[in-house]
Amino acid sequence: MHLIRDLVSARTWLALIHHLAGLLIGLAVIFIVTFGIGFGVGALPLALAGLPLLGLTLRFTDWLARFERARFAVLLDVAIPAWPQDARPGYRWLLIPSWRKLSSRATWSEVGYGLLRLPVSVVTVAISVSAAAFGLLLLTLPLYNGALPSRGAVIDGTVVRGGPAMAGAAVAGLVLLLASAQLARGLALADAAVSRRLLGPPSHLAARVTELERSRERVVDAAEAERRRIERDLHDGAQQRLVALAMELGRAQAKFTDDPEAARDLVDQAHAQAKEALIELRNLVRGVHPPVLTDRGLDAALSGLAALCPVPVDMQVDVPVRPKPAVEAVAYFVVAEALTNVAKHSRASQVRVMVEGHGFPGSLTVLISDDGIGGADPGGAGLSGLADRVSGVDGELSVESPSGGPTIISAVLPCG
Amino acid sequence: MRIAIAEDSVLLREGLTRLLVEAGHEVIAAEADAERFLRAVAGSVPDAAVIDVRMPPTFTDEGLRAALVVRDRWPDVGVLVLSQWVEERYATELIAGRPRGVGYLLKDRVADVTEFLDALTRVAEGGSAFDPEVVAQLLARSRHPLGDLTPREREVLALMAEGRSNGAIADALVVGGGAVEKHINNIFTKLGLAPGERDHRRVLAVLRYLNGVNP
Repeated sequence: MHLIRDLVSARTWLALIHHLAGLLIGLAVIFIVTFGIGFGVGALPLALAGLPLLGLTLRFTDWLARFERARFAVLLDVAIPAWPQDARPGYRWLLIPSWRKLSSRATWSEVGYGLLRLPVSVVTVAISVSAAAFGLLLLTLPLYNGALPSRGAVIDGTVVRGGPAMAGAAVAGLVLLLASAQLARGLALADAAVSRRLLGPPSHLAARVTELERSRERVVDAAEAERRRIERDLHDGAQQRLVALAMELGRAQAKFTDDPEAARDLVDQAHAQAKEALIELRNLVRGVHPPVLTDRGLDAALSGLAALCPVPVDMQVDVPVRPKPAVEAVAYFVVAEALTNVAKHSRASQVRVMVEGHGFPGSLTVLISDDGIGGADPGGAGLSGLADRVSGVDGELSVESPSGGPTIISAVLPCG
Repeated sequence: MRIAIAEDSVLLREGLTRLLVEAGHEVIAAEADAERFLRAVAGSVPDAAVIDVRMPPTFTDEGLRAALVVRDRWPDVGVLVLSQWVEERYATELIAGRPRGVGYLLKDRVADVTEFLDALTRVAEGGSAFDPEVVAQLLARSRHPLGDLTPREREVLALMAEGRSNGAIADALVVGGGAVEKHINNIFTKLGLAPGERDHRRVLAVLRYLNGVNP
């Protein structure tokens, strides 16, 4: 049944329209592209006079690729992802293609598509349209067979005539017609598969784009959460302390003449409040980004963390070449978060921190192990936030923490 | 004492100047960047300099580098470095060459005026003043094992590293001077340092020991 339904379904007709449209587009495009690229490249030796023509042609193939991706989406419902956009413009003075543009794989894939459109469409149209037409001719043969000049269709010199032959022709025509619908659709899919290779990035690149999109989302979320935390810390900590401080100073001011002794006590309290506020602000700043990390690198910055940790830390840092700041910061925060967890939950008596840089380009390995009770939850806010930060620099975080311990947290961060 | 100040924040520069003047010192220069500060020091050499680590133009460690210049060019000038945060690495750089008359404190410490002035005087006289936080970092990252020390001896070691005198250590721990002497002798014996060193030379010995430089 569905064979007959397919014959009249919109998809079949859209596929046929797609093939025919491809033929027309291919015909126009192949002239523009061969002429443009041919003369453009040919005129290059003449003081680069061919460059604007080449640029114009490449602009055309850019536009063609966009148009064709849209056509595949509308007619065949096939989504072809675009090549990743270059951050910098591909042309200077509108028409002079940049070297990046000229050496990019996307550019020449799209030119290749422009050249292939016509031959591919010729084949698909030839097969699908002729199958449908021939099927229709055979199916209706009984209706006009007698009206043909030789009073019957001539196949291999014999004239086909008579009831059984007519029935056979009609059945063969029907089968061919039904098959042509499937053929048109199948060819459309094959066309889409070929075009996808030229109009879009290779599948591993597409997968990578998806992965990057996801990790970027996570990093943005993590940054947002971090901003909220800073806002909260400032609001609950330093700001409240400063309010209390101002209040105490105000009360002291009021009491100075009548009760100097009480005023002195209030000033003492205000003094203590101010110092507390300073400590809170300092810790907050260190949590956002430790200044020494920028100035002196990981080894120096980790000293501060080791001193703040109530559990004794055995720290070995061997990073001969400084990685880029983003990687350094992530490594620092992996250690910071791990040591915070050790102090809060692990009941450990000893922590080992190892940071090793393996050349450049290479990777930075961060390993924190303790002898505590284990049971750290990789899905918890702290560790999952850390995993997001690590994935933000394409690194990998692993957390091993069986209940009963020990806990081993490691991160491998690519550098370079 | 004649003091030069390098501090880019107007509030702090004015505050420090007022505080020092009120304490009876003479502020010969108060500059907002390292270059002008060094020129001022060259023009009229002070007894001590108070220097902020982060200053224009890059806001990283200009002040520290200026402090190292002063330390090397005018060895008699006491150098007190102030910072919003203290780092063991900066302390190491400060004590590397001539660890005589150097100090490194959190800016917060200025709030305890008496202690701050005391530290500045110590530095100007060739002693040292290191922030407890820096000392904690040095102890945490010590290149030598400190396992043999008792907790009390560790406390004494930390106070010594800050640059405090025996009397001040005794006051801080609420013990007698004799007990402090005994602890110090034990520490020096256990760490294999020459015993009986006094004041800044002993601070030096301790700091160098923690940094892994052989005494």
